[in-house]
Amino acid sequence: MIRLEKRLHPSRALTSLTPILAVILTMIIGGVMFALLGKPPLESIRIIFWDPLFNPQFAAYSRPQLLVKAAPLILIAIGLSIGFRAGIWNIGAEGQYIMGAICGAGMGLAFYPADLFIIFPLMVITGAFGGWAWAMIPALLKTRFGTNEILVSLMLVYVAESLLASVSSGVLKNPDGMGFPGSRNLQQYPAAANSELIANTGMHWGVVACFIAVIFAYVVLTRHLQGFHIRLTGQAPRAARFAGVNPHRVTILCLGVSGALAGMAGLFEVAGPAGQITIDFNTGYGFTAIIVAFLGRLHPLGIVLAGLLMALTYIGGELAQLMLGLPGASIQLFQGMLLFFLLATDVFTHYRVRFGEA
Amino acid sequence: MTIKSILTGAVTAVGLASAAFAADVKVGFVYVGPVGDGGWTYEHEQGRLAVEKHFGDKVETIFQESVPEGADSERVMTQMALSGANLIFTTSFGYMDPTNNVAAKFPNVKFEHATGYKRMHPNVSTYSARFYEGRAVQGHIAGKMTKTNKIGYIGSFPIPEVIRGINAAFIHAKKANPDVEFNIVWAYTWFDPAKEADAATALIEQGADVILQHTDSTAPQAAAEKAGNVITFGQASDMPEYGPMPRVSSIIDDWAPYYIARTQAVLDGSWASMDTWDGIGPGMVKIGEISNAVPADVKADALALRDSIASGTYSPFTGPLNKQDGSAWLAAGETADDGTLAGMSFYVEGLTGDIPN
Amino acid sequence: MDLSAINPVLLIASLMVSATPILLAAIGETVVEKAGVLNLGVEGMMITGAVVGFAVAINSGSPELGFICAAIAGAALSLSFGFLTQVLLANQVATGLGLTLVGLGLSALIGKPYEGMKSPTLPALDIPGFSDIPILGPIVFSHDPMVYVSIALVIAVWAVLKYSRAGLILRGVGENHDAAHALGYKVIRIRLLAIMFGGACAGLGGAYLSLVRVPQWTEGMTSGAGWIALAIVVFGSWKPLRVLVGAYLFGGVTVLQLNLQAAGVAIPVEYLSMSPYLITIAVLVFISARGAQTAPASLGRIFHASN
Repeated sequence: MIRLEKRLHPSRALTSLTPILAVILTMIIGGVMFALLGKPPLESIRIIFWDPLFNPQFAAYSRPQLLVKAAPLILIAIGLSIGFRAGIWNIGAEGQYIMGAICGAGMGLAFYPADLFIIFPLMVITGAFGGWAWAMIPALLKTRFGTNEILVSLMLVYVAESLLASVSSGVLKNPDGMGFPGSRNLQQYPAAANSELIANTGMHWGVVACFIAVIFAYVVLTRHLQGFHIRLTGQAPRAARFAGVNPHRVTILCLGVSGALAGMAGLFEVAGPAGQITIDFNTGYGFTAIIVAFLGRLHPLGIVLAGLLMALTYIGGELAQLMLGLPGASIQLFQGMLLFFLLATDVFTHYRVRFGEA
Repeated sequence: MTIKSILTGAVTAVGLASAAFAADVKVGFVYVGPVGDGGWTYEHEQGRLAVEKHFGDKVETIFQESVPEGADSERVMTQMALSGANLIFTTSFGYMDPTNNVAAKFPNVKFEHATGYKRMHPNVSTYSARFYEGRAVQGHIAGKMTKTNKIGYIGSFPIPEVIRGINAAFIHAKKANPDVEFNIVWAYTWFDPAKEADAATALIEQGADVILQHTDSTAPQAAAEKAGNVITFGQASDMPEYGPMPRVSSIIDDWAPYYIARTQAVLDGSWASMDTWDGIGPGMVKIGEISNAVPADVKADALALRDSIASGTYSPFTGPLNKQDGSAWLAAGETADDGTLAGMSFYVEGLTGDIPN
Repeated sequence: MDLSAINPVLLIASLMVSATPILLAAIGETVVEKAGVLNLGVEGMMITGAVVGFAVAINSGSPELGFICAAIAGAALSLSFGFLTQVLLANQVATGLGLTLVGLGLSALIGKPYEGMKSPTLPALDIPGFSDIPILGPIVFSHDPMVYVSIALVIAVWAVLKYSRAGLILRGVGENHDAAHALGYKVIRIRLLAIMFGGACAGLGGAYLSLVRVPQWTEGMTSGAGWIALAIVVFGSWKPLRVLVGAYLFGGVTVLQLNLQAAGVAIPVEYLSMSPYLITIAVLVFISARGAQTAPASLGRIFHASN
């Protein structure tokens, strides 16, 4: 019979190979799914994975869009991965993203129409603060009362969405907007706009921030004592306590960092690609980032690759919808399957398969 | 080379390549919801199908549904333009800035934005329908048929379009029945069947026996059917499977004539940027079949009202009318101008409650 | 503003209907978590149940058959979660989230041809005489059968968990899976059965939305109900009867805010719509502050029988 035997150390080779295996498996099963839907399987897979990068008709436009789409995912996922490594499950990143956007945009609009250099940096700081503060709610409730942070952060997502609707139609509503809900368009307010730093590359300040975050996270997690504490808390909580790690401090640090990063991502998005605070400004990045974090194995470099891969499936999926009439829901299913296959192949990294007697 | 020239070059290349295909014009449609929603997007899809049927091989259409407003819509529009579309219809208010942004990058592609007001480039047009004309007819039927004198109204968002509808319906309900009162619930969504069902049920439980809605699903009809003795009206689509009761009539958005006309204009080369606001007269707003649950005299009055609006002899907003706070708005015989209507943010006298900010 | 327009009897009857989908999903998840497994994929299982139930009801004309198939579909989908977490030892949080994604995408695909259709629905019970009793009539006797099924299910789960041997074994597995394994109980099999039960219940809850409460099929129609169900399990401290109270409380606040709006109460709409979630958080804090967490001790931990 087949049984699983835990390895002493996770296999390094397989840690890098399994994501590739998962992608290949997803492509195969995804192709089967597309065939069942009546769409040509090979062409569909090609349109999703190859065209956005290399198709002469679209690629010049799609390639920078990959960065635009991936940047918020990577930024949020970096923050989440730090928490996940410590066993702190911040599921409410979507709410922190929204609050960061609201606070940052509010700060920018408060200065309108002034043209000062300081406005954009202030917006970034306020955005990070908004996300941080929203994440502090589950953090403090957990450290003080032991309340489960998954549920509190999740409920706060819905509260944040209601607040978003409220400010879009109220405090932040555009006075020149003919009575329609939605704030002024920040893209049209130069001092506050998060525009492309180098034209046509999709690189806006959010992309820069996400690269800085990746480097920072890598350094902290692998070289810094705090990073060691975080990893230890996740793998062996009791040992961590004996080693003198304060679990409350880890909780507050992890939730705070992920909240701040999510808030910043929200700000970069609202001052950049999205442009304005509207009632349905949030598009689920906070939840997709959780997938990205896992796909990237909670490792900063892995998260970069995973973020780009997810962005590819989004953009390729849009192209497939346009060119083949593929239903949008199939892409969601595709992404779910990718995660499933990754989790399935993960077992081989930590366990060895053994045949024979029990 | 700027992005503009790259993109224009790409489009021209594609255009030359696609000249080899049969279609002369490629028309793209960007939808905010699923085509099966049975309401707003469904009717735009019907318009697209009408265009395909009318022009046959000369026109090719592409569409994408459930496109979120914001950055994603801008990308979808750009990709449509890159894939060779000559005319793109963007069917939601929230696509306004993305439409104008993409129009700037593709000066040879024509953009038509529904329910918006920004035409920042010569290749952008806007269009909308005078839904409030249909609301006037609905209000008349509602006022005549209510027995409890309570009419429930499920509003979506407190924007001018919705407030116009509420006002128009209320004015005519009150004319038909001076004791009538409106209960308004704001659902803060265009389409959420569960929420709409709950809102309708709450209104019915509080005594409303007519439900008007500015949300797009059939859930309020189902809730009314369950309650019995409550009448409703189809919204954006006819919703005939709920007739003759509770659905006694409906407002149907008919985009086909406009879409066909604009596509023809692109084919002829006569397309120009304009703002269209059509109502019952030009056929953009249709009143659905009034069912036999409505008494014959009420039906006759409603049809007469519809005809007078269609011919232009009567405008739903005709004075004497005051605003909710009692201040004078329209003198006797005076009609409201389009500018005031487009930005309407006040209730008329007689409506209770405040517009949420 | 006319608060007298709100009829408390109808309000309670409405909230029972509103709470039923969440209740069904929550009671299933209670059993799953009592066995020590944290399945965050409730939303995915609910929506799959919604679409399958709807499709079967339309094609067969029988809503009852729709409910049965919805339960089977939910259980089948949960089996994928079960396989990944119990056999392949994957992380339960991530797998649950993946299940949600898969469920949402799969249901949207299956439901494409059924959008906008009207399904046969369950009739409300109309017992002559009983249903007309003032106050008790509408609240107790005038609901559709699934409301009664959900309440019966809660009582059944409570009785089984508390008094039967199977319930004892399940709880044992949830508290200490290593000890249970040492005693010779098949931990993985018990957990898989519990996961399937949870999936079936979530499927029923979803089908209730698409067949009775709305009734219609739309992409993503559960709108977060699965997450609310998860919160209610914690709210109820993993005790079935308290889960019932929690579900009704949540359903009540949701229905109440719409009724307050309809009555013209001046509180801004957004604050009213936030209230159910804020109240849930407040109750969660209150419960954990009191210290009695009573979560099954093995909840979320991976079980691997080492030799």
